[in-house]
Amino acid sequence: MSCWETIADYGLRSIGIGERLLPRSDFTLCQQFVLIGSGMIWNIYFGVLALAFGFFMSVTVALGKGAQSPWLRKPAEWFIFLFRGSPLFIQFFLAYEALVLLPRAGIDILGITIETSWTTRAWAGALFVLFLNTSAYAGEIFYGALRSVPKGDIEAADAYGMTGWTRFRRITFPTMLRLAWPAYTNEAIFLFHATALVFFSGFPAWQQRGDALYYANYFADKTFNPFVAYPIAAFYFICLTLLLIGLFGLINRRLNRHLPAERRKSMKLRPQLIR
Amino acid sequence: MFSYCTDPASLEGIAWLSCYLTTGKHFAFYGSFGTVAILLLITAPLALAFGFAGAIAARSSFLPVRWLGKGYTAMVRGVPDIIFFLFVPIALDQAFEWTRHQVLCPDWDQPVRQGSDFVVCNAAKLPLSSAPQWLHEGYGFALAVLAFSVVFGAFAANVLFGVMRAVPRGQLETAEAYGMTPRQSFWRVLVPQMWVYALPGLSNLWMILVKATPLLFLLGVEDIVYWARELGGSKTSAYAYPHPDWRLYYFLGLLVFYLMLTKVSEVVLGHLTRRLTHGQATAGGEAQRRAAA
Repeated sequence: MSCWETIADYGLRSIGIGERLLPRSDFTLCQQFVLIGSGMIWNIYFGVLALAFGFFMSVTVALGKGAQSPWLRKPAEWFIFLFRGSPLFIQFFLAYEALVLLPRAGIDILGITIETSWTTRAWAGALFVLFLNTSAYAGEIFYGALRSVPKGDIEAADAYGMTGWTRFRRITFPTMLRLAWPAYTNEAIFLFHATALVFFSGFPAWQQRGDALYYANYFADKTFNPFVAYPIAAFYFICLTLLLIGLFGLINRRLNRHLPAERRKSMKLRPQLIR
Repeated sequence: MFSYCTDPASLEGIAWLSCYLTTGKHFAFYGSFGTVAILLLITAPLALAFGFAGAIAARSSFLPVRWLGKGYTAMVRGVPDIIFFLFVPIALDQAFEWTRHQVLCPDWDQPVRQGSDFVVCNAAKLPLSSAPQWLHEGYGFALAVLAFSVVFGAFAANVLFGVMRAVPRGQLETAEAYGMTPRQSFWRVLVPQMWVYALPGLSNLWMILVKATPLLFLLGVEDIVYWARELGGSKTSAYAYPHPDWRLYYFLGLLVFYLMLTKVSEVVLGHLTRRLTHGQATAGGEAQRRAAA
């Protein structure tokens, strides 16, 4: 079987298109590359959606934590503490067990039955956990940036007569984003890495549709040889990380475009590793 | 454990719960918290040592060593740590067995990899198949500790490599001016001064290490996650203490445990940071001096 046929058979296997059975013996390098690459679809799906939804949630959380009123501040603080203080692995398990307990038949609200069984599936349940998790981490980052918005910027906005929403939209928010961006890039990288945990943490891979690490683990278990499958998965993740750094670097350039050249902080190629 | 626990079926309420929570399996569950503590206590210093060696290697003037150090520090940068946790224990295990195989059975003529099997001679197996059960478990745990140390050593090497460059250049120039050799100025000036710069990075690393401990479960160690799943699963009336699926409550317990652990770590590390910045020529030290004055 040529490699093109393998790509046709297994290229979209992780989303259920193509050959139904996974290869069982005599694995070729091509099969491993294709199937693990196919699993990356899920990693990108989880990462992109959690990041996109999480962005709005995290700005909200950051504003909440920076608010004067304890009614807004306390919930935001607790939310951040809860999700930053506990392991993601435990959060996945806990969420799965909680979602399993929802009534099987669905919940009846005003005569309309709301299905619940889909929440225990990885595409929804794990995405939800990742979304909350990244919101908390990014919320803390944005909160820190919010507090380091230069006083002069706010005063200048006041002098122009800007208040409330206008001031936030045109001064506070862009500056906050600019200051937080390098740290946020780091968080995005970690989020994509964290997506590799999903299928090891309670959420079952339905019909063997898993992510890159799920397939890498499958091959390593079958061949009892970790030296091929895991490096392939690592290779894909390195590519993904480089792509992310490039993309976020472009956005960073745009966020900093109004600054004089010497004050522009170019993104470091050596991102911090610490979440 | 208690005298009234002989017939669990007849118990109710608090009495039932007190008996339920003191069964042998529950004590194994409580003991597994010790496993986590042991992992943390062994891994933290070992990872620091690995990281220190990695950082020194990355600064070496000898090119191959520098490449080795740079490669080690770069390895965690683009790859999820969980891949290493899955990879390192098997890879190490096979490396050990293969080395022993080469040494102990030189006249073995079959290949080590036969299709999808990894076959070494009996004398090279680790641990030996005749070894007692605790040795098998201990070996698995040791591999897990080693995997954690290697991965977190790479993280620590990143932190320490950056920190060694953060020590003000003037300090090292002064050392050189006093006629210290590079080795002397490294050990007598740079290393003692770098810790205060390293503390934020290292405390962060400790937090990540704490939050990575449940991954022990994936390495096949009987840790708290293993027992929480085991004990929480629904038990039919064939068991002495039947109950429905309680895994949610067990995991809630673990969540609270981790929240407390991270909270305590945060407080202790905050305290340590204040102690170490005292009197240092950094912004933090300056702020402390001003506040006191």
